[in-house]
Amino acid sequence: MTFEKFVFYLFAAILVYAATMVITRRNPVHSALFLVLAFFASAGIWLLAEAEFLAIVLILVYVGAVMVLFLFVVMMLDIDLATLRAGFINYMPVGALMALVMAIEIFLVVGPGNFGLDKMPAPAARPASYNNTEDLGSVLYTIYMYQFEVAAVILLVGIIAAIGLTMRKRPETKYQNPSLQVRVKKADRLRVIKMDAED
Amino acid sequence: MESLITLWEWLGQNLIVLQILIKIVVIVAPLMLCVAYFTYAERKLIGYMQVRIGPNRVGPKGWLQPIADAVKLMFKEIVIPTKANKVLFLIAPLLTLGPALAAWAVFPFSEGLVLADLNAGLLYILALTSIGVYGVIIAGWASNSKYAFLGAMRSAAQIVAYEIAMGFALVGVLVAAGSLNLGEIVRAQQSEAGIFGWFWLPLFPLFLIYFISGVAETNRAPFDVAEGESEIVAGFHVEYSGMPFAVFFLGEYANMILISALTALLFLGGWLSPLPASWVDGVFLLGDGIHWVFLKTAFAGFFFLWFRATFPRYRYDQIMRLGWKVFIPITIVWILVVGIMVVYRFAWFS
Repeated sequence: MTFEKFVFYLFAAILVYAATMVITRRNPVHSALFLVLAFFASAGIWLLAEAEFLAIVLILVYVGAVMVLFLFVVMMLDIDLATLRAGFINYMPVGALMALVMAIEIFLVVGPGNFGLDKMPAPAARPASYNNTEDLGSVLYTIYMYQFEVAAVILLVGIIAAIGLTMRKRPETKYQNPSLQVRVKKADRLRVIKMDAED
Repeated sequence: MESLITLWEWLGQNLIVLQILIKIVVIVAPLMLCVAYFTYAERKLIGYMQVRIGPNRVGPKGWLQPIADAVKLMFKEIVIPTKANKVLFLIAPLLTLGPALAAWAVFPFSEGLVLADLNAGLLYILALTSIGVYGVIIAGWASNSKYAFLGAMRSAAQIVAYEIAMGFALVGVLVAAGSLNLGEIVRAQQSEAGIFGWFWLPLFPLFLIYFISGVAETNRAPFDVAEGESEIVAGFHVEYSGMPFAVFFLGEYANMILISALTALLFLGGWLSPLPASWVDGVFLLGDGIHWVFLKTAFAGFFFLWFRATFPRYRYDQIMRLGWKVFIPITIVWILVVGIMVVYRFAWFS
């Protein structure tokens, strides 16, 4: 076994273990943390496939931002696991069927029929100076420009929709207006009056 | 000396793992020493700023104070709260310290003097600084304490907000340098103008925003709501004692040094001399060299301490307002400005 193979199987084993833990742990916070581990393992596999840009961006975006927000929400929520588990047996047959269909689909698409070494030989290793960030950027901003812009617009719509859904005026909450606070003068707030001393 | 070099080359060919391990030790051991004496410098400096003397009892002029502190923390009991999640409780400090140390792998100390010359070095740094927040969140949750949890929540929201401004500031740097490689970024700042050729001048708003976001990312004053001792005692590490607390402490200071060093590298010309190269080329200590990195790092690090002695703590909503409504719009506008400067080859980018 070559060193690359050993590293691949190591990361693959961690990935499968972590992914199993994500759906079997009782505590949702543990599940979220195992999902983080799964992201790390898949980033490792991507690094092995010389896709260093994707690997680092996976860590940066999913681990560094998305999962932090996930954990944030999961920790705040008081999830009642008893009611969640109650429906487990009822939904079991449907779920198992879905899982089977998915597994068959994945096998048909990426199985040995399409993705064997005979169908797709291993690409030659790139030299150490090769920079796939630059390659990815130059393709993304020239050939796939329109697709890229469309994706950006879809994301923008998503952002606006999310803000629109959560934004509601609550009359009872008090807001501060910093510019008014800065602009305030002494004369607006303070009045010095003369009064006789009382005894 | 000759035989040492031969041995080193032999290691590089046959036992490369051992060679890399030696390099890691050569980076991390002085770094840990710097962390220890950074705490001392902080106490002394803030002491003088507040017209006190600061620690002066252990050793001459108090120089052994950090050693005494380390020994004290090592012998203290590790208290684990009832119903705390033991494994996560103990992993959390390591998750703070680990990324702060791992980021040094791609840090170029001088021309060619770098452990791993990654093409995507800047991305790697950004990814590692973004996972530092897990230590704080997990510590807050695993402690099973309300104060710790509140601290973790505040910290998570703050770090996510400032990471975006920080990332955009770095986008400006990589547009200006045309590379993600940290060594290339420093080389792009080399010019006949010396100090005025560095990126702090064309990227001035990004320079300020990067450094201030760095202060917020490391949860230092005036952004230290995660600790907020007047409201939530000590925030996320309220339940920690002994060695786990010490590791949190090390992580915080290692992160400060990392942000200072990155500021020195990305905006203050790294190992480049502030004088034009043609004047001082080869002149002892005035030419380019590793000492400039240390000097610039110390200069940036000083500001962390100065801030802490000067500014009162920000209110939580002010922090959010500053991050989202001030910093992010400024960085986006300045990326556009940098793009125009690069395309039309302004002075720095000709």
